[in-house]
Amino acid sequence: MKKSVFLGTLVATSLLAGFASASTLDDVKARGELICGSNTGLTGFGAPDATGQYMGFDADLCKAVAAAVLGDASKVKYVPTTGETRFTALASGEVDMLVRNSTWTFSRDNDLKLDFVAVNYYDGQGFMVRKDLGVSSAKELDGATICIQTGTTTELNLADFFKTNNINYTPVTIQDDAEGQRQFLAGACDAYTTDASGLAALRATLPSPADYVVLPEIISKEPLGPVVRHGDNQWGDIVRWTYYALVAAEEKGITKANIEEVAASTNDPEVKRMLGLEGDLGAMMGLDKEWAKRAIAANGNYGEIFEANIGASTPIGLARGLNAQWTQGGLQYAPPFR
Amino acid sequence: MTQSSMSFVRDKMLTQQKPPVSEVGAVRWVRENLFSSPLNGFLTLISLYVVYWIIASSLPWFLNGVWTANSLGECRQIIEANAGPGAEGACWAILRERWHQFLFGFYPMDAYWRPVLAFGLMLMALAPALYYGLRRVNMLMLGTVSVLTLLGMLGVGTDGFHLLLSVVVFAALFAVAALMPKKLLWLTLVYPLVGFYLLWGGSVWGPVGVAIGFGLLVVVWNKLQSRLGAVVAGGIAVAVALIWWLQVQPMVTTPLAHMMPIRLMSVDSDQFGGFLLSFVIGVTAVSASLPMGLLLALGRRSDMVFIKSVSVVFIEFIRGVPLITMLFTASLLLNYFLPPRSNFDLILRVIILVTFFAAAYIAEVIRGGLAALPKGQSEAADALGLDYWQAQRFIILPQALKISIPGIVSSFIGLFKDTTLVALVGLADPLQGITKMVRADINWKGVYWEPLLFVGVIFFIFCFGMSRYSMYLERKLKTDHR
Repeated sequence: MKKSVFLGTLVATSLLAGFASASTLDDVKARGELICGSNTGLTGFGAPDATGQYMGFDADLCKAVAAAVLGDASKVKYVPTTGETRFTALASGEVDMLVRNSTWTFSRDNDLKLDFVAVNYYDGQGFMVRKDLGVSSAKELDGATICIQTGTTTELNLADFFKTNNINYTPVTIQDDAEGQRQFLAGACDAYTTDASGLAALRATLPSPADYVVLPEIISKEPLGPVVRHGDNQWGDIVRWTYYALVAAEEKGITKANIEEVAASTNDPEVKRMLGLEGDLGAMMGLDKEWAKRAIAANGNYGEIFEANIGASTPIGLARGLNAQWTQGGLQYAPPFR
Repeated sequence: MTQSSMSFVRDKMLTQQKPPVSEVGAVRWVRENLFSSPLNGFLTLISLYVVYWIIASSLPWFLNGVWTANSLGECRQIIEANAGPGAEGACWAILRERWHQFLFGFYPMDAYWRPVLAFGLMLMALAPALYYGLRRVNMLMLGTVSVLTLLGMLGVGTDGFHLLLSVVVFAALFAVAALMPKKLLWLTLVYPLVGFYLLWGGSVWGPVGVAIGFGLLVVVWNKLQSRLGAVVAGGIAVAVALIWWLQVQPMVTTPLAHMMPIRLMSVDSDQFGGFLLSFVIGVTAVSASLPMGLLLALGRRSDMVFIKSVSVVFIEFIRGVPLITMLFTASLLLNYFLPPRSNFDLILRVIILVTFFAAAYIAEVIRGGLAALPKGQSEAADALGLDYWQAQRFIILPQALKISIPGIVSSFIGLFKDTTLVALVGLADPLQGITKMVRADINWKGVYWEPLLFVGVIFFIFCFGMSRYSMYLERKLKTDHR
């Protein structure tokens, strides 16, 4: 409690300072570079490759915003942030936006004075066990030892879940993902718990994935999305609508490959408005007409980004699930471009 | 029977017999050192078993190691094909693909020669400071380092022009070492600017301007010192240098940069990572904290109330706070005190606070050395008519520093290893930062020991080197006859 008051005060102080200065959009344009707070390394979502380029699901959103605002998807500087430094880095203006698997919660939104502008991945906490344990539901894990990262919300979710179901467990605390994988493989714990996307990535890299199963229960809601500072609504809108442009593009069947063709031939008035052929939506938030076109052309639409980084064709092999379009039974739903 | 044959006098020497087998050679050594008592014998057997167990369990893992593969999965397949199902082996292929990130972080690949050259020059600049005036040692060190640096530069793919330039520079330095080894100290003095220019790049005129400022400082101080005394002259000299740096230098260097655009591609410090980052932070902090710690130690023993209390407060405050707190201060808190959106380099902030941290510890180590000197030493200096600074320089510090060497070096070793803590503020240190990033690649997720071993071995080499050097220095400076 005291810590959050302290952090809140700090954030408020910086906000006051922030109001006095120019808007984030002007800063980014003047700098000619978008500074994106990223993870220090999360499989499939954001990690540097062998040449040092950041790749991944979250990194592609940064590139799309850079393409929309600056006209060049490569004008992004990624600042790796840890769980401790991420929100302060954003609040103090060190980064323009944070795209780093951060869960949207009430207190982060209100107490820390941040704005979660969209949800680009609906995640949830799950369990993985060895097949020969013979468990088919998390509720059968009574008395199990469970590997869990310390100091995360997953630890609290786990305690809540076992309390509600009136069963017991023994936690085996681990420091990070790599250690967890080792402990779980060595048999130090019966079950491993983390976000479902993390479990999928873990299972894909085990020596014999077929020997392990992910249990069906998802015990928490983890809506992950891009975060901006409170109080700069124009910038928040730019990030939000760049993201929705990617989602809408998938719904309308606009891809990286066919975008020029669609722009030339489409009769859909919404697509025309979005791609800047009719009206001037970009001007309403301080951008030019073709902002959304550039954002989509950078890495493709939402579905393409998903497939390229974490989808079924990659080793991680995540199914769309909750992250499918609303037309396909998922939760990804872009408001109308009007 | 003759008389003589009755007497019992030996008239022939016996041939020498061999000593009993238990008293010579390996057997004796084993008996004396390993099995001298039942308890020792028991402990020896246990130790042998532990050594055997470690080797037996890890040797196959090393022997099955795979160097060429594109992912952990491929490594596992190759190991299975070679050593049968269920066999375990190291996947060194991760190092083969990512070694450069462990060493250089995200430094631009075509500029890898710059950190390598900077590192080589650093070792050369250390030589005259460590072995001042010793012609043979200096030549040996310069020669070895030159060859190794050139090999390293070839290894990371340096273009011909820069390679040739380095050969010329190395040859010139070697000649200086051979003809007048004491002059080599100039390399040590200019190295910080050379190193900065090589690592960060940009226009050559910036560092040159800074060097001119230092030149002015020394010249002014030398001219005024005899008339106005060290302190006043120092103040004036610093003021002149500051005027040069802040006001005059931009007016001179900017046109120069336009006229003669000699420049290297500039590299942002957030591209630094791996051992490059550790070395930049470690070496800067070590070399800046030694003089700072020296002044703080003298300040703490001073009679002047203000200087003494400032030193005490500084030292006690810094020593009372863990290094991690300092790092979080550098990364999080300082932002709130700086003007909004001012871009004050994170690495620079970290270096400054790490330097303060090291200086406080060094100050206490040196104070220990000062306290060990008998009072008669400073009284003797007074009696000779030396002023305070002369006394410190000629009598007190040479003795005090000699006593403090082990403490200073162990502070440095600790500091060097502590640079891995910067991972906590999101910098790419080799142990956690880079390792985590590399493991986040789906191809290498699940690799555990290999990066840790690699980083551990490199750290060991440098820390062990530092420790051996401190032992050499202690032997060299030993003047008692114990």
